[in-house]
Amino acid sequence: MFLIDCPWCGPRDESEFSYGGEAHIERPKTPEKLTDDEWADYLFRRTNPKGPHRERWMHASGCRRWFNVVRDTYSHEISAVYKMGVTPPDAET
Amino acid sequence: MAKYSILSLLRNARSYHENWSRAWRSPEPKGSYDVIIIGGGGHGLATAYYLAKEHGITNVAVLEKGWLGGGNTGRNTTIVRSNYLWDESANIYEKSLKLWEGLSQDLNFNVMFSQRGVMNLAHNQHDLRDLSRRVNAIRLNGVDSEILTPAQIKALCPMINISPTARYPILGASFQRRGGTARHDAVAWGFARAADQRGVDIIQNCEVTGIRRKGGRVVGVETTRGFIASNKIGAAAAGHSGVIAAMAGLRLPLESHPLQALVSEPLKPILDTVVMSGAVHVYISQSDKGELVMGAGIDSFNSYAQRGALRTIEEMMAACIELFPFVSRLRLMRQWAGIVDTCPDASPIVGKTPIEGFYINCGWGTGGFKATPGAGWCFAHTIAHDQPHSLNRPFTLERFSTGDLIDEHGAAGVAH
Repeated sequence: MFLIDCPWCGPRDESEFSYGGEAHIERPKTPEKLTDDEWADYLFRRTNPKGPHRERWMHASGCRRWFNVVRDTYSHEISAVYKMGVTPPDAET
Repeated sequence: MAKYSILSLLRNARSYHENWSRAWRSPEPKGSYDVIIIGGGGHGLATAYYLAKEHGITNVAVLEKGWLGGGNTGRNTTIVRSNYLWDESANIYEKSLKLWEGLSQDLNFNVMFSQRGVMNLAHNQHDLRDLSRRVNAIRLNGVDSEILTPAQIKALCPMINISPTARYPILGASFQRRGGTARHDAVAWGFARAADQRGVDIIQNCEVTGIRRKGGRVVGVETTRGFIASNKIGAAAAGHSGVIAAMAGLRLPLESHPLQALVSEPLKPILDTVVMSGAVHVYISQSDKGELVMGAGIDSFNSYAQRGALRTIEEMMAACIELFPFVSRLRLMRQWAGIVDTCPDASPIVGKTPIEGFYINCGWGTGGFKATPGAGWCFAHTIAHDQPHSLNRPFTLERFSTGDLIDEHGAAGVAH
């Protein structure tokens, strides 16, 4: 259990949010040129780190907007919250 | 090391059970091994045991960062079954169930495997049709399975609420009579003792911190107790598989989530089968100590914290009380989480990797315990022969590039 600081609504309990998994996975720009292995990377492979993780959350019981979070997957500490389309802060900080 | 038997029990009774020998050694790590297994849980220990028993490879080390069976082996709800939909899954899980059926004798260690039956409930017509389809597919694969009516369910499990006005009405269930439960710690200890007897070194408190490679192949592992050389390294690290793979520069199709379980205060015998409901995320059985063992679904977010959100177990308990109203008056004693490595198709990965000499057994997600002997058996074959056995060939990493996925979300979903 932890609080997430929604950029629009402020800090709320995690139970109000739904999880969108790893952030910044970009849809291939030239899908017709992708090899099977590159498709596997885009569709299935994930960084899954133990430590800072850039991930997407949506405030399902609130403003229903998506945003990005840097959260430590071991301590659950959130070090950054930033909007969609914004360059991620260094995940190590 | 002494064989366990009624005679050894009597002999040790005469010395007030104070002179039992240790079940396994605690050796210092050697400089090199033929095979290193990362992870001293059920899967890693079973792999080492079958490497020694089936393939004669005994110069093996099992490296465990904590204590034996302290990860998911000690955190699951001990359910064993093989009622999976697809042929590939039926083959590998049924292999495992067959090994379970002879495991206590094979290991000379009582793993308390109890074939008390596993029931999957249907709460609506669609559930019931889906379960019927599954039962048919499972039976065609030669695995036992049957459909139960609500009256049959009530006869097997008198405490369940089958009222038509219940919040989750029960229209039927699938039932695998050969399924059941086993004592999870005993599984780790039994495999450890049997592997140790065949010469395997089990090294606890030895965390792998790096995987050393040379020209595209592995040459050993860096650990908290120094470098250990080996040309064959098998990772059986469950939730931490992605962390181990990253040490070898690999990205896996895995995400690690907490999976929670809890136990009630001990009761007199009240439930002698396993009841699961995928739709409401509950599975429940009674341990030999009398505690009700209950499990939930995974928490949605990635985590390595071995603790989950309260809301997950609140939702699970709310559903459980609808199915078993008497549970509302029980105290809960303990709650915990294990970190499970979930795969996109809810099927495991057992096989080679692009790095020569590096093998992985992971992705069992919420259901690895039941597969312990079968996974170890297949993984040992893969490592010994440097190629997968026909049982785990469909479960290699390549399927994510070929698209030949084995979608077991229906069988795996919540309840494993």
